[in-house]
Amino acid sequence: MSAVTASGADPGARRPGPPLWLLLELTYRCPLHCVFCYNPLDFARTGPELATEEWLRVLREAREQGAVQLGLSGGEPLTRDDLEIIVAEAHRLGFYTNLITSGVGLNETRLAALKAAGLDHIQLSFQDSSRQMNDFLSSTRTFELKSKVAALIKKYDYPMVLNVVLHRLNIDHVAEILDMAERMGAEYVELANTQFYGWAWKNREQLMPSREQVRRAEEATRRFRERVGGAMRVFFVVPDYFENRPKPCMNGLGSVFLTVTPDGTALPCHAARMLPGLEFPNVRTSSVRQVWYESEGFNHYRGDAWMKEPCRSCPEKAKDFGGCRCQAYLLTGDAANADPVCDRSVHHHRVTEAVARADARKPGDPPGQPLVFRSPENSSTLHP
Amino acid sequence: MSDAPDLASRPAIDRRFRLQWEAAQNAHVLLYPEGMVKLNASAGEILKRCDGRTTVADIAADLERAFDARGLAGDVLAFIGMAAEKQWIVWRP
Repeated sequence: MSAVTASGADPGARRPGPPLWLLLELTYRCPLHCVFCYNPLDFARTGPELATEEWLRVLREAREQGAVQLGLSGGEPLTRDDLEIIVAEAHRLGFYTNLITSGVGLNETRLAALKAAGLDHIQLSFQDSSRQMNDFLSSTRTFELKSKVAALIKKYDYPMVLNVVLHRLNIDHVAEILDMAERMGAEYVELANTQFYGWAWKNREQLMPSREQVRRAEEATRRFRERVGGAMRVFFVVPDYFENRPKPCMNGLGSVFLTVTPDGTALPCHAARMLPGLEFPNVRTSSVRQVWYESEGFNHYRGDAWMKEPCRSCPEKAKDFGGCRCQAYLLTGDAANADPVCDRSVHHHRVTEAVARADARKPGDPPGQPLVFRSPENSSTLHP
Repeated sequence: MSDAPDLASRPAIDRRFRLQWEAAQNAHVLLYPEGMVKLNASAGEILKRCDGRTTVADIAADLERAFDARGLAGDVLAFIGMAAEKQWIVWRP
């Protein structure tokens, strides 16, 4: 997901700026089972979804606090049959509304209703595991569904924005993916390398590309850009495991992003529920103002008082905020450590070793363990 | 459409952007898919006058009246040129 480019918050300031970006994960229900999903592994344990009226109250309260960009995501948000009601209220309140969808369930009736409700933008993602991607690339049912949805999106005068999550099993198909996007009339394509949280973390060893694969994918992207010129904009998001400096994750926690999960838990990023020792508020019992300004879950990682070395004395801390708290926790066991993507971290070898293992595996080598698909059954097995 | 807008051009906000006043930021913003540009005060005052009918010269004259200023045409035209490069606006000659 792109960042809000204008930062409203000064990380050193005492009072944070407004929660400019609101992401509503309306549901964890999803017709797909993507192995790279960032939803939590224990999503099956999540309590009941918020009711329509509760989502509408969250919208009103967040708008009062200055939220203006709205992402509607999940799971698959189209599984909520009140999506049109939620979009209409968001539009009435002045939000810029972005639907983040796999397209499964998007027929003309619903798209017409969403357009009438004031939906501003649709980001269509390709779901893919290796087999599905192969189906997709060989023009099977999946391709037809996507083509239909893509044509509908154009018919209703939305820009065609495609998001494809890349990983070891599909990154070699970048040239074919871009050709297909061109045939579909895409205007923007985001080639987003997998970030390793949730199900992607569980499947990291199988999904991590080699350096050579990443290099070839960047080369294929460069050649495509040369050929099509400005007719299509292609964004290639480099996987952070291959970098030496961390990403400025969420512009710093509690700076601009507010996520509400299906059961009403409010988080400073969609993966933050994994962070240990923090209580995250719920919008059923707290107002958005209380969530944003008064909760420990949002205040803890604001500013830089929580930082340890090497971040604390690092001149780049105001630029990258120490990277990602979730990645620091997953890879080092302490969320206050530097994101080990940074080569100043004493744990940086945990990143480079994961890449080295990916480099050492030959393309045809069978994975050491089977892929775990995101499903309620697997979620219940992993977290009974 | 010519290569660059001039004083006789009639600029309008590009349909891919939405201009909106945001009280919480005390600023006009340009909204676009999954992003936002926060505008400074003068950029906001200029862009909110870009209705596709008013020329750049008339926008400058209106700003001079509103803010009791003189000689804004050059600054307004420079901003409009920058906004055109960023594809925030389209214009008719």
